[in-house]
Amino acid sequence: MANADLVSKRNSDTTFSEEEVAYVAPHPLAIILRRLAGRVVAIVTTLLGLLFLTFSMGRLLPADPVLAITGPEVSKEVYDRVYNELGLGQPILVQFLSYVGRVATGDLGTSATTGQPILTDLLAIFPATIELAVIAMIVGALVGVPLGITAAVRRGTVIDHVARIVALAGHSIPIFWTGLMALFVFYAKLQLVGASGRVDVFYEGLVTPITGFLLIDSAVEGQWDVFQSALGHIILPGAILGYYSVAYISRMSRSFMLEQLSQEYIVTARAKGLGRRKVVWRHAFRNIRVQLLTIMALTFGGLLEGAVLIETVFGWPGLGQYLTRGLQMNDMNVVMGAVLTIGAVFLTINILSDVLYRILDPRTR
Amino acid sequence: MTMSTEQADRIDGSRFRKWLRAPEPQGWFQSSAQQFHQGWLKFRLHPLGLAGLAIIVLLILVALAAPLLTAYDPIVQDMAGRLSPPSAEHWLGTDNFGRDVFARIVYGARTTLYIIILVSVIVAPMGLLIGTCSGYFGGIVDEVLMRITDIFLSFPGLVLALGFAAALGPGITNAIIAISLTAWPPIARLARAETLSLRKADFIAAVRLQGATPATIITRHILPMCIPSVIVRVTLNMAGIIITAAGLGFLGLGAQPPWPEWGAMAATGREFMLDSPWVIAAPGIAIALVSLAFNLVGDALRDVLDPRGSQ
Repeated sequence: MANADLVSKRNSDTTFSEEEVAYVAPHPLAIILRRLAGRVVAIVTTLLGLLFLTFSMGRLLPADPVLAITGPEVSKEVYDRVYNELGLGQPILVQFLSYVGRVATGDLGTSATTGQPILTDLLAIFPATIELAVIAMIVGALVGVPLGITAAVRRGTVIDHVARIVALAGHSIPIFWTGLMALFVFYAKLQLVGASGRVDVFYEGLVTPITGFLLIDSAVEGQWDVFQSALGHIILPGAILGYYSVAYISRMSRSFMLEQLSQEYIVTARAKGLGRRKVVWRHAFRNIRVQLLTIMALTFGGLLEGAVLIETVFGWPGLGQYLTRGLQMNDMNVVMGAVLTIGAVFLTINILSDVLYRILDPRTR
Repeated sequence: MTMSTEQADRIDGSRFRKWLRAPEPQGWFQSSAQQFHQGWLKFRLHPLGLAGLAIIVLLILVALAAPLLTAYDPIVQDMAGRLSPPSAEHWLGTDNFGRDVFARIVYGARTTLYIIILVSVIVAPMGLLIGTCSGYFGGIVDEVLMRITDIFLSFPGLVLALGFAAALGPGITNAIIAISLTAWPPIARLARAETLSLRKADFIAAVRLQGATPATIITRHILPMCIPSVIVRVTLNMAGIIITAAGLGFLGLGAQPPWPEWGAMAATGREFMLDSPWVIAAPGIAIALVSLAFNLVGDALRDVLDPRGSQ
């Protein structure tokens, strides 16, 4: 209905003569509200779209969802009862709406493998993935940004080529393979790091979860041996995941920086006699900070994708491993729940970076 | 005094070359050949792009000539000679079933090529159709189609592909469908942008005045104009598609054993990695090489088409 109104309004607008249009100056607040409404509609439809995608994943399943619950040998009555309980006889739209309703109340179904509600599982494992992604993000920002900026400033030199190779490798080498190779070198051959999991087995369960982030919890509780073990376990997957964000962040910061360096104000600043370092960091860098922030937010979403594979390689008990276990066990509720969570996090990050961009960049005001 | 055409040919190179350089192309075939030639002249200045192209050509040749390159069967097991290290007999060693790793890499090139071709064949027309319709009709059609595109674009590709592949069931065909489902949105976006710039062109208005239906205009006049940039974009995205496909294969959702697929080969080699690293080293390098090739070709193509954007 709202759309129909909009369309008719647009049509009636075109019937105004040019002078009339010129007089219709909408209130600034009205513009903001309309824009906000537009954003909210976009977010809600995207969220519904995500829900529809996960819903259709559940429906695409070639195996009979009833038989998945009851087992293959089942009487007609039991089959019909389960069929009706699952609501499979109802129209697709009704089924979809009831799915949306259930998700909205936090009911993501029960996992056939762990026997727990999906939400409980997700809440328990989510911090592990976030911890990994944060470490990767820190590596990505601390290495990627300086690398990209140096590559831009010293364009065409060795460092620029190195940055290019780093990025190309990051975009070409599959992350699971890097993980396997790193395990082979650093764990099997050099024995520098821990193997799978978040800590060594004998440390497991020693730390009472406060935040769920093992590094923080063990440090707060003063259990430094656990902290050390946890650090030894996270360093390799974190660094590898971080490498992939370095590949992306360095490329982006390089091109942002090049764009700034070609501006006339840089020439002016240089002509005034300002030092190279000052021009780069005080002038150019300040202008790309907001863009960099957006890129990092987007990278964080990409890290979740990489986490799925790297967690599988390193046996990291997070969202990715949960998802792939669900895949292997054909536990569709788990798959739907995990995909939905990753999608929702991705969406939230997109919205946040959009909002941040609007707040921080004066040009968008 | 006047030169015969033959003499002119000899000075200016072959007749074909002259045809390529004719100032006024006769017909669409000559003009597109000339355009292609111009692009090639710029492309061949990029050594890395050429290297990438060489790897892709190599991939195609290896896939086509697989039985000639190795005497071993990629599927037949030989439990007596399992996990033997690289030697003159088995160049890349054997895997846990005693199968020659080199043979499996060579035949795996077929799987990779199969994925590349099928995904392109599905994604390009799909993106083209959605994008051109969206751009040409505008209004509510555009609104709805672009909203759907945005929804697909706003989620990590691999995760979405994983979900679909899981729902459809494991298998190479289903993996291809799942990848295609996540790979069409950028193509649609591009086709839409191209259509928007074409829609107002005089020749489209002329065709419309002659009474052409929207379907004719889109399929006969707009769509062909979008094809070159779509091909370039598919090439650019192919590296990512290969990585996603390898990821699906690694998780057991791609080609099913015993058929060789590089991602799956790395996954099965995991257990034996510590003593027999060659089982996983080779497939990983193969994936990286092909993906790198597409990245290099993509970079060079981008440079050829938009010299301003690359630095």
